[in-house]
Amino acid sequence: MSSSLHRKVLGRLAIAAASIAAFSVSAAAAEKTLTVYTYESFITEWGPGAKVAEAFEKTCDCKVDYVGVADGVELLTRLKLEGQGSKADIVLGLDTNLVAEAKATGFFAPHGADTASVKVPGGFSDDTFIPYDYGHFAVVYDTEALKDPPKSLKELVEGDPSQKIVIEDPRTSTPGLGLLLWVKSVYGDSAGEAWAKLKDRVLTVTPGWSEAYGLFTKGEAPMVLSYTTSPAYHMVAENTERYQAAPFAEGHYIQIEVAALTKNAKDPELARNFLTFMIGPEFQSIIPTTNWMMPVTATKEPLPEAFSKLVDPQKTFLIPSEEVAASRKAWIDEWLAAMSRN
Amino acid sequence: MSSTALAVKGVEISFETTTLAFDCTVPAERIVAVAGASGSGKSTLFNIIAGFEQPERGEVRLLGEEMTRRAPAERPVSIIFQEHNLFAHLDVATNVGFGISPALRLDAADRVKVEDALARVGLAGFGKRLPPTLSGGERQRVALARAFVRHRPILLLDEPFAALDPGMRAEMRALISDLHEEEGNTILMITHHPDDVRALADSVLFLDRGRIVAHDEVDRFLGRRDIAAINRFLGNEG
Amino acid sequence: MTIAAGAFALGGILLFVGLAGAALLAQSTGSAGAGPLFDAYVWRITRFTLLQASLSTFLAILFAIPVARALARQASFPGRIWVLRLLALPLGLPALVAALGLIEIWGRQGLLNRVLSAAGLEQPVSIYGLSGILIAHVFFNMPLAARLMLAGIERIPAEYWRTCANLGMSSFATFRFIEWPVIRGLLPGIAGLIFMLCATSFTLVLTLGGGPAASTIEVAIYQALRFDFDPPRAIALSALQVALTGALLLILKFFAPAPREGETSGRAIRRFDGAGGLSRLADRIWLVLAVIVVGLPFAAIAYRGSKADLVRLVSEPAFHRALATSATIALVSAMISVAIAALMIRTERLALAQRRHGVAPRLFAGTIGASTSFILLVPPVVLGAGWFLLLRPFGDVARFAPAVVVAINALMALPFVHRVLAPAMATHAARTARLAASLGIGGFHRLRWIDWPGLRKPLFVGFSFAMALSLGDLGAVALFGSEDMVTLPYLLYSRMGSYRTADAAGLALILGLLCLVLTVLGTAGEERPPEGKST
Repeated sequence: MSSSLHRKVLGRLAIAAASIAAFSVSAAAAEKTLTVYTYESFITEWGPGAKVAEAFEKTCDCKVDYVGVADGVELLTRLKLEGQGSKADIVLGLDTNLVAEAKATGFFAPHGADTASVKVPGGFSDDTFIPYDYGHFAVVYDTEALKDPPKSLKELVEGDPSQKIVIEDPRTSTPGLGLLLWVKSVYGDSAGEAWAKLKDRVLTVTPGWSEAYGLFTKGEAPMVLSYTTSPAYHMVAENTERYQAAPFAEGHYIQIEVAALTKNAKDPELARNFLTFMIGPEFQSIIPTTNWMMPVTATKEPLPEAFSKLVDPQKTFLIPSEEVAASRKAWIDEWLAAMSRN
Repeated sequence: MSSTALAVKGVEISFETTTLAFDCTVPAERIVAVAGASGSGKSTLFNIIAGFEQPERGEVRLLGEEMTRRAPAERPVSIIFQEHNLFAHLDVATNVGFGISPALRLDAADRVKVEDALARVGLAGFGKRLPPTLSGGERQRVALARAFVRHRPILLLDEPFAALDPGMRAEMRALISDLHEEEGNTILMITHHPDDVRALADSVLFLDRGRIVAHDEVDRFLGRRDIAAINRFLGNEG
Repeated sequence: MTIAAGAFALGGILLFVGLAGAALLAQSTGSAGAGPLFDAYVWRITRFTLLQASLSTFLAILFAIPVARALARQASFPGRIWVLRLLALPLGLPALVAALGLIEIWGRQGLLNRVLSAAGLEQPVSIYGLSGILIAHVFFNMPLAARLMLAGIERIPAEYWRTCANLGMSSFATFRFIEWPVIRGLLPGIAGLIFMLCATSFTLVLTLGGGPAASTIEVAIYQALRFDFDPPRAIALSALQVALTGALLLILKFFAPAPREGETSGRAIRRFDGAGGLSRLADRIWLVLAVIVVGLPFAAIAYRGSKADLVRLVSEPAFHRALATSATIALVSAMISVAIAALMIRTERLALAQRRHGVAPRLFAGTIGASTSFILLVPPVVLGAGWFLLLRPFGDVARFAPAVVVAINALMALPFVHRVLAPAMATHAARTARLAASLGIGGFHRLRWIDWPGLRKPLFVGFSFAMALSLGDLGAVALFGSEDMVTLPYLLYSRMGSYRTADAAGLALILGLLCLVLTVLGTAGEERPPEGKST
């Protein structure tokens, strides 16, 4: 190709590149802005993001800007990549398993808020991170395909291997890690043996929740590792009770989603106000039917009827974040060894 | 051998814009030059004789036998094109060997035949060479060697010298003349050169716009002045 | 002049990759490190990566040969162009969508098992495990291999087929002596490309693999960068992946040297060996099989998608934004990819033409060839993270995200575009280079009157390949994901992640249709004008 054409092509490319760069320049900012880093599903049209922003903006005379990344794990990766230059004021969407690692980065500042009203099963309190919702991991099953779901983790582990379950990979996903910790909480040192038994019931191990749930709803397996709240979506949005969570006798592992303000928040006062707003009735009332998680404080109105039908675990497991951070690698290795055995 | 090598009777073939119609009879053991302007239908005539095209109407008789629908390989015909006659990735001996066995099952005697054929076209010892390492003239001679070993009574030459210089053309003409003497085969040769006609041909088939407009003994053809297209071909314009 | 430009492009690519790696290496995390790199785990996944990639490549190629041959021999049946288009489709499909489409056919509740159970089989056939991975990889790569082989067979001079027919060579002899040598010559390139695609496969391997025994190095890289945030380990694993696969490809190249490109006469090609009853039957069987294997998952995707509320979906502003973003990214990265590929191929040729300079130009040309293919082995997530770090000092990284994503997509498409363009450009140069030089036609005029008309078709094919690839890509975008840069696959994943499977199915259908439009663009002019009347 001749070089004269090349210059022309490159010129045009430069213009095109500039025009797409323009996409990303955010709309003209208001006087005061609060930049909230969160996971992507929080800010989709049906997620809580828009309603939360609208409600908070009424109280603060400011503008809420969201930056959404794929999920909670990505959120932490993103912060580590951005380092001190991050423009995040608030980080919303880490879960308790990541708290120790997040604290180790030194990016976060104590919230100083009164969190007495916050109630999460098993209890969680921290000077930096405040919970805003929670959910329990659960085995969700298809009532049309499975008449006799397991009633405990033990029954799941030891049950009929022809009744399959799809689980997520703890190396790449949060629910996968959740199940790993759940089994660890119940079985302790014999978790490896439990996994070796469960292995035959596992249809496949997907990289993330979406793939697993997709396989489940296509009928590939009658069970999937998901949340106690999953049935609520099907009941409220799709008007079907076909998919139900199985209550497990030992108890359920919890996922608590937390938020914090960063040390280099432009307006710490505004950021603290947001955190207080977050555990107030306005925010909490938005969460259940948009984020499909349980609120941590009282909502303005009672929860929709579907939520009363959800599994309410009698016992909650939560391994302290420091312990998770310290042992995660060893536990994953144990899982790998058990699951790779032939 | 029958006295008529090939007969094309009432053959018609249509393309998107034109219909070509051919009628001709060629006696055995003749060398016939096939001439005419580009697009006059020379290659189509060859395609019909070789079996690459099926006419809609009419019949093709080769050596007295009706062969209109026969597959190309079942006809007593060898064909040599202007170029790409050899498979470039296979050596010269292999290329000639296909003339003996299309599945390349050759015994020692066959290999001797291949060597002989190569010697006859002046390429003794070239067996292991790959076609891209040969000159254009040498490649055409290899194609001719393959025609030698096939012993088909009818040889179609589709502008076989078009890419060659005058010296090589003369050499090739001599070679074809020798082959004809030895084999007693019938040769049809498409050409754009009156020189080829004068040096080699017994008669001339002349095509114009999809029709055979003349089929003359070479002396008569060279003296014709009545058809404009022939005048242009012979350079009798001025 | 062109050599300098090519060297510049090569330098740019190496720098783009090298800087990203260096930035990540320099990122000291202070973490204790995840232990030794080459532990039993890494050794095991490395073995599995090589095993599944080898098997996938072998099967894809084995299937592709008869399919390519059938398409070459049956050059004029009605619908042939649509078979070609179908074969171009899988490239543009995000892995998740493909996996779910494949499940509809091959899964426990899929079409196959429903047919089998209707036939009286009690236990469903399960594909989860190596077989599922192989099916998915054959679905993705057989069409690619078949198309590349077909292009090679179609470059065989038209006279060959006439000669074969005249000599009476059988179908088998024609394959053995004419087609196979051409295919064998193309195999190192095709096999290398497919091997790399399979070796770096991630979502398909995990989702269909049945358990962590089926993991690729790519999974470990992803894990190292995301969960562990251990960039040096990610880099080391990437290096392992590049080195191992690279060594394997070199061996492949050594055993099967690249083909000598024949000069075609530009004459319309007609085959005489596909007309016989038996050949025609065999060709039909292979084509039907190919259409089933590739087409059914698409049919399933289309069927699920048609049940979505498409009207609402396409009228959503979020969809419009995603469409615009995806289209722009795909368009720009495809343009860059094609331009770089064309430039590098030309440089490669020029460098090799200077024979008397010996080793240096050859090395240079070799580096160009290698860099256009090995780029596939560098995980996009590594490039993305590296550039994130590099751009951090210059302000809000989100602002640069489009440029980085475009660059990564352009690079990832390079090997494909290279495979499409290189043979076409070689043939074109052989046909026109000397003539153009002797006539003194150069610069813009040469481009307008000689290069553009001669290369327009392969350029379009390369362009549509690159666009489809980039349209279906998720990897590069995910890391930078922000509200302002939601692409279609990203939107699809996010719907899927929020229980909205119907929406996701609808978006999958739309993505598939977009790719179809692109392949129609890419195959425009593939229909050959009939040389004679059809028989």
